Amino acid sequence: MMRSLKKIITLLAMTVTSCVVFAQDKKVEMADTMRSNGRIYVVVAVVITILTGLILYVVRLDRKMSKLEREN
Amino acid sequence: MAEAKNYMYKSWWKIASVLLLLYTFTAGFLLEVPRLPALQETIRNLYFHVCMWFAMMILFTVSVVNAIRYLRSFNLKYDIYARHFAVAGIVFGLLGYTTGAIWASYTWADPNKPAINSFSSIARDPKLIGAAIALLVYFAYLILRDSIQDMDKRARISSVYNIFAYAMLFPAIWILPRILPSLHPGNEGNPALDVKNDISGNMRMVFYPAVIGWTLLGVWITTLKIRLSLLKEKKMIS
Repeated sequence: MMRSLKKIITLLAMTVTSCVVFAQDKKVEMADTMRSNGRIYVVVAVVITILTGLILYVVRLDRKMSKLEREN
Repeated sequence: MAEAKNYMYKSWWKIASVLLLLYTFTAGFLLEVPRLPALQETIRNLYFHVCMWFAMMILFTVSVVNAIRYLRSFNLKYDIYARHFAVAGIVFGLLGYTTGAIWASYTWADPNKPAINSFSSIARDPKLIGAAIALLVYFAYLILRDSIQDMDKRARISSVYNIFAYAMLFPAIWILPRILPSLHPGNEGNPALDVKNDISGNMRMVFYPAVIGWTLLGVWITTLKIRLSLLKEKKMIS
């Protein structure tokens, strides 16, 4: 259980960082072609952070439930 | 414990949900979208606002299926399933309604007039009224179910009501808005699915994964609540 959870968290962290890296890579060329007022990647980073926080919360809730179910 | 091998305890679909949502939130903001007047960048709301309604429909469908399963087997477990899926559906419906209100106030409202003037025409929109009716019908389901003390009676009455509520959902959000003039897109066909008028083909690359991701998130939260309820039930019996 612990091992699989660690795997999931690593996977999540890697996905998020890859997104951020991806964002920084393209910032220069994309910002002016895609939008006249760029900086959309800032928004993406913020939204992803919030999403990750919420998901981690649900994951923790899930683990707590599993623990409770094992004890009963 | 036969319950342990249930899908609720598997993690692959939870991981899938997380990955799909992460994809939605990045690709949803970064991918090219059609440039349409009035809509502009708000077309990206397709990945969020519309998905709320899709998730709501799917969750309500799961709820009614479980209500029927209860009526066929009289196993109280299915009544608990039906109740929690309905609650999750309502949550997604409310989110869809709220996001729609925000979206409409920037795309439907006339910027040259005071907001209150546009409000009267927006609030009159049949799609909004239909959605409000559908949600109110489901609120009534919760009130009805939670006001009955006797467990079997509660399960039976609320399961039957659940089927009626589901039957009401279709005229309220699918049929009535289509036969009345509405500002909401998709009156002549299916909103968000019409490649010719509403969206471009590559928006589907994000839209369908988004629908699945949001729905799975709703199911995940629902299963947590179901597990809590089943645990409570077990404690009460023992």
